[in-house]
Amino acid sequence: MDKNSTSYTVIFAAGVCLVCGAAVASAAVGLHSRQETNKIVDRKSKVLAAAGLLPENATADLITKLYAERVVPQVYTLKSGQPAADIDAATYSMQAEMKDPAHSQVAPPNAAQVARLPEHGVIYEIKDEGKTASLVLPVEGKGLWSTLYGFLALDKNTVDIKGLIFYQHGETPGLGGEVDNPAWQALWDGRKAFDSSFTPKIQVIKGKAGAPATDPYDVDGLSGATITSRGVTHLLQYWLGEQGFGPVLKGYRSNRK
Amino acid sequence: MAKAKDIALDPLVNNNPIALQVLGICSALAVTTKMSTAAVMSVAVLFVLLGANMAVSAIRNLIPPSIRIIVQLTIIASLVIICDQILKAFLFDISKQLSVFVGLIITNCIVMGRAEGFAMQNDVKDSALDAVGNAGGYALVLLAVGFFRELFGSGSLFGVTILKSVNDGGWYQPNGLMVLAPSAFLLIGVFIWVVRMKKPDQVEEDFHVGELAHDAIHPEAVR
Repeated sequence: MDKNSTSYTVIFAAGVCLVCGAAVASAAVGLHSRQETNKIVDRKSKVLAAAGLLPENATADLITKLYAERVVPQVYTLKSGQPAADIDAATYSMQAEMKDPAHSQVAPPNAAQVARLPEHGVIYEIKDEGKTASLVLPVEGKGLWSTLYGFLALDKNTVDIKGLIFYQHGETPGLGGEVDNPAWQALWDGRKAFDSSFTPKIQVIKGKAGAPATDPYDVDGLSGATITSRGVTHLLQYWLGEQGFGPVLKGYRSNRK
Repeated sequence: MAKAKDIALDPLVNNNPIALQVLGICSALAVTTKMSTAAVMSVAVLFVLLGANMAVSAIRNLIPPSIRIIVQLTIIASLVIICDQILKAFLFDISKQLSVFVGLIITNCIVMGRAEGFAMQNDVKDSALDAVGNAGGYALVLLAVGFFRELFGSGSLFGVTILKSVNDGGWYQPNGLMVLAPSAFLLIGVFIWVVRMKKPDQVEEDFHVGELAHDAIHPEAVR
């Protein structure tokens, strides 16, 4: 058959597509469950890391075990602050709910540029000998290039910050990407999220902040990354506020004693 | 046998794809801040290059000339996706660090260049050797650049601390430039310089702008 003929070319192209398509599809399908497991373990490890419970070089098994022992996810209705008993926390995904028009609505304009407001939210309760020691809240909001996704760990009094980490973002490495720098992450421990009237007050400032004891509401800005720093302030204040986990945290405070 | 050896070893130094042909430097900038990412990237490129060269070579006499580039690209793209899927399943942390750059192997000029420039004219065995050689040459530069960037930028190699940095209570002040992409340009430049000092025949001939203009005006005078 003539290699230059149109029919040969079409048949050949179809054959190549079929073979390559089959190879790609079987790789994607065959490896899917393993990739999903990796994602879940990765997410668990980030919750543990935000709470300061993640040992160095932890294996997947250790992470799964620690998570099972120490972490209890709890789903709340954001507006009322009441637990949503009918939702299974293990399979609930806030990000999926934000995309579901039946269970989310367009968020009012906000500085964190959160587009949709989910009906529910998940809080990871970190247990210490059966009692809740701290709370890990998922947070997200726009930085310069990308949406930053992270976890904020609060003491059970909901005011003292234990840690903040971001597990996914696309900020400039070396500038906004420094949100991943352990030295910067360490600055959050001991700061206060709310002032005495429980209005969110934590912010990332320009330049250097003082020690947590004297300067509890400010954290050092990331040099060269003003917009990312501002984004972190906005997303924290949004999720700590009335639109976010405010009512839920209020519930934690009233049940504290 | 000498020919097979030449095909595999030539691209390491004599005909290095990065140093001589200056191909594939985009990824060489992006993934060389750490040795571990550079090493995984090298293996990923080896996988794709080997698969693409062998597959293209195997069907080289069947490919209709009019669509040969797109056929090569389809094969390369499929291999890259498979490679990315495998990394996500087995080396999740590193795949997160490499992020889009595994996908961008598709646009790595080395892969396309070897498929079109070598595999289309040679048998499967030689094409495989050519792939190993070129991936080796690529890996050599990537690891060399990664070595200096990680050692001087973070004070470690493969994540193991060698020079204890000031931030961790040591003495070493990390060189911030090494973490940023421009340092890879400098290092690759130095690499090319060293190779061409040892092998002066790789140095391009000088030309002067005036001569080019003269040749353009008087094409009959061009020898």
